[in-house]
Amino acid sequence: MGIYILKRIVSLLPVLFVVSVVIFGIVHLTPGDPASYMLGEEASPEQVNELREELGLNDPIPVQYLNWLGGVVQGDFGDSYFMNQSVLDAIFSHIGPTLSLAIVAEIIALSISIPIGIVAAIKRGTATDQSVMVVSLMGMAIPSFLLALFLALIFGVQLGWLPVAGYQPLSNGLWNHLQYLILPAISLGAIQAALIARMTRASMLEVLNTDYIKMARSKGMKERTVIYSHALKNAFLPILTVIGATFGALVTGAVVTETIFNIPGIGQLIINSIERRDYTIIQGIVLFVTLIYVTINLIIDLLYGFIDPRVRLDSK
Amino acid sequence: MTTELLNVEQLRTHFYTEKGTVTAVDDVSFTIHEGEIVGLVGESGCGKSVTSQSIMRLYDEYMVEYEGKIEFNGDNLLNYPIKKMQKIRGDAISMIFQDPLSSLNPVFTIGKQIAEPLMLHHKKSKKEAYERAVELLALTGIPSPEKRVHEYPHQLSGGMRQRAMIAVTLACEPKLLIADEPTTALDVTIQAQILNLMRDLNKKLQMGIIFITHDLGVVAELCDRVMVMYLGQIVEEADVKTLFEQPLHPYTRGLIKSIPQMTGERKSELSVIKGNVPSLTNKPKGCRFSTRCEFADEKCIEEMPPLKTHSDTKKVRCWHYEEIIAREEGGHVHASST
Repeated sequence: MGIYILKRIVSLLPVLFVVSVVIFGIVHLTPGDPASYMLGEEASPEQVNELREELGLNDPIPVQYLNWLGGVVQGDFGDSYFMNQSVLDAIFSHIGPTLSLAIVAEIIALSISIPIGIVAAIKRGTATDQSVMVVSLMGMAIPSFLLALFLALIFGVQLGWLPVAGYQPLSNGLWNHLQYLILPAISLGAIQAALIARMTRASMLEVLNTDYIKMARSKGMKERTVIYSHALKNAFLPILTVIGATFGALVTGAVVTETIFNIPGIGQLIINSIERRDYTIIQGIVLFVTLIYVTINLIIDLLYGFIDPRVRLDSK
Repeated sequence: MTTELLNVEQLRTHFYTEKGTVTAVDDVSFTIHEGEIVGLVGESGCGKSVTSQSIMRLYDEYMVEYEGKIEFNGDNLLNYPIKKMQKIRGDAISMIFQDPLSSLNPVFTIGKQIAEPLMLHHKKSKKEAYERAVELLALTGIPSPEKRVHEYPHQLSGGMRQRAMIAVTLACEPKLLIADEPTTALDVTIQAQILNLMRDLNKKLQMGIIFITHDLGVVAELCDRVMVMYLGQIVEEADVKTLFEQPLHPYTRGLIKSIPQMTGERKSELSVIKGNVPSLTNKPKGCRFSTRCEFADEKCIEEMPPLKTHSDTKKVRCWHYEEIIAREEGGHVHASST
């Protein structure tokens, strides 16, 4: 097990390398540069050039890349051009809201989607099943920004139950923290919930048709045991895959929702940084997000073995 | 003879499908006695599995309707509420399925799967149930059972899996064991071992066994009595010896003729029953076999023959079986069919 995890971590290095090359290339080849943005429109070309020289932006791109990579390897991602902060500090000060939001959204999504997916599978073909399918289709079709605006309008503006936008850190109290997250989490979680509910239904339907479920019934098992123990454990692998993928998307794809609800997360940071061509921050965030993605995948893979003995790694 | 264990009377199993109601088992009656092994034979799709799963009521109740009686120890199982049915399943009646790999739950250890019914029906503690699981695995002849009990189905070989499944079904020492093609998915040597095991267990535990198969060789080896099914009906019932010595129904005769002979000259062609089994939605009006029977006449096509008692041990569903036998035995004597 330990060796396996180590191997997986080592195999991440090429992935991170390729990502670093691609993102560096994209960032530096897009028109616009931080120097002119920093100096404003009034600055003369000479001044801009001087600053570019100072920032090392006039070096050939491969040289710039190696300089940056050299720092990254030592854990130094460079400093922001605009904020008086190192890249790592900037990321860490913005990751909290994003992670909180992602976790709350995922909890909401899971607690709705898995039960209704199971019920739909058990009652396949009935009106219950069909309404689950229709609602989940709507959940997937409605863009999250639209849902976000609706939710903010109804629950924030008209009913006044929850704040329209903003953010409070956990240190200001759990409820204070949560009340700002509920609406964005619902609007983010809706798509995830729809996906997971559909996957749960499909996966359960497949499992409920197998011989071992018939066998479990023929042993006299109660229907509840059959469904929640015998069936769900088998049906969970594909569900887990979707959960992993959607959680990755939550961490990284909350850009629009964060902007609408004015949550100072990674999404806002990257939007602002792209606007001002804050190269080091963009590169840092993309690498960081890649790392989160692959880590989630690794955790999911390890959970697979935990659930299904056939993919367990230390079994002989 | 010994006491009656299971008495099925005029069982009909209807399925509601998109194309309307399909009757997969149509007027099936038979009796199983304690300690008796009865074979249920027929081509795939003839309703033998449906019959067995109807006995345990394993189909989703909203898509199936049963008619008739299934009396087990004198009680009609079809009147039981589902909760009471669950108490019978796995305890007094249990079932072995065809493919042990797909019928054992891949994410539970063998031990858990054997222990489950014991903990449920016999209220055994987890520890007692696992100890019993080891004994049961030993009983079915699995080597080093105390190790196997903690393994998962994919870690066992095909034969061992089937033994493990038998151990699961034997856990509560059922009075009636339904074995649905338990040897079909196994290779021949393992097949023989499993058959021997079932015979031993039948003697040791005095269980009644319904043995479903399409393999007449297995029937000859194992069973006391045989029922032959065709398209949802029993067409012939007999004890094993007389079935092979003197099959009455044209379908049974066809089946026996189509077994390859190991002795004598190799014939150029194996005899086969012509045509295909009609589908359940398109059943013949009269005798179900009339579309493929070389002896079929007007009456066969128009009227369904009843299951007639031929002798103490034999029943047959055919209008003309006496003539057919007579014709083959004594030249061309035409007995009138009454």
